This record gives sequence, structure tokens and C-alpha cells, in this order.
Amino acid sequence: MRILVQEPPFDFGAEAETFASGRHDMGAIVTFTGIVRDLASGDLDAMEIEHYPGMTQKALEKIAAEAMQRWSLGDVLVIHRYGRMTPGDKIMMVATAAPHRKDAFEAAEFLMDYLKSRAPFWKKEHSGQNADWVAARDEDEAALTRW
Amino acid sequence: MDVLYFAWVRERIGIPRERIETSAKTVNDLVAELRSRDPRYDAAFADLSALRVAIDQDLTDFDASIEGAREVAFFPPMTGG
Repeated sequence: MRILVQEPPFDFGAEAETFASGRHDMGAIVTFTGIVRDLASGDLDAMEIEHYPGMTQKALEKIAAEAMQRWSLGDVLVIHRYGRMTPGDKIMMVATAAPHRKDAFEAAEFLMDYLKSRAPFWKKEHSGQNADWVAARDEDEAALTRW
Repeated sequence: MDVLYFAWVRERIGIPRERIETSAKTVNDLVAELRSRDPRYDAAFADLSALRVAIDQDLTDFDASIEGAREVAFFPPMTGG
């Protein structure tokens, strides 16, 4: 299990390669990457991500440990950035390794659903003179009930 | 104890953290005490359904006890991922 909360960008290819390498007992690797999406109007200057330093690592470790317990997984990787990003930047990634693909897919979805509503990150969108906190979506909270 | 504020709660109150001496027994008691202090707190805590709370970095409820707590944090629903 590897959990990284960091400001600098990460190398998605290198992280995925390292995560996947040498696992002869794993038949499936699933990765998910979150990317800063521009606004529909196309004028997002920056996405600022705030987090709660003491709690973030702990919350992510708890979510990952729960995934390891619920599915047959060989490993879990979570990387989540904070700070200022621009459209196209990678915000975060999740990777799961499992002997079988169903566990890898389901655990990755579980991790994403929990991470969206239970890990202490907040996004603020800056465009021109406007700076608005992104509101949590009811669908994200509702997504937790399926687990 | 230390009381921490994040995202728009921090902006509305105007500070990221403060040290508070209180005899409040629950999060709700603490919120009531803070709201009576100053209109900024009153505005920030006006709608508790729009807020989440963590005691010593674990998510909890507003009726949870804060006795013995070192750190209480208030923030809006999370938007990670």
C-alpha cells in the first residue's frame, strides 16, 4: 500500500510501471487518473486544491486499508496532489492490483467513491475575477451507499 | 484545544486556526459558543448541514463529545478526486 499526498506533479507512466512491475501473482492492474477539466466556458485559469495536512494521509490510509480488506488485492496506490493546477494537469491517481480483474476494477471504483467524499480535499476554481469553491455533489455522497 | 477551519469556512471566519479554552461538552455546544462570539462565526455555522466536523482528525458528528479532544476541525463536504 502506497499513499502519497504531495504538491508537485507525478509521473503517471513511471508510477504505473513501478506499481505493475514484478507482480507475477497479479493478473490485473487497474489505474484511474483524475485530470483538471476546463470549465464549459473554457476559461478556467487554475484549480486550487486545499487539504487538511494532518488528516489527509490518515483518511487515505483508512480508505485504502478498507479496500484491501474487502477485495482480494495485492496492492493499492493512491497519489493525490494539492496546491494550484491548470487544465490538463493530473490531480490524482489510484491503482489497484489483483489476481483477477473484477476485484481490481471494483476496488478502484470503491477507492474513488470514498476518496471523493471522505478524504479532506476541497477544490476552488479560479476564472478571471471569479473564485468559487466546488460544491460537493449529492451523487457523490449517494455513490457510497452502493458499497 | 485547537480549532481549525478549511475552505470557505476558513474564508468566512477569516483565520485558519485558533486555540480555544472551552467547557463545551459536544461539538454542538462548541458551535453554539462560537456563534455567540461574533457575526462571522454565526454566518459560517448558519447551516450545519453544509458542514462536516472532525475530532482529532477523524470524521464525526455534531453531537459527538469533545471532552479530551486536542483538535476539532470544521469544513465543507469534501470534493477530492
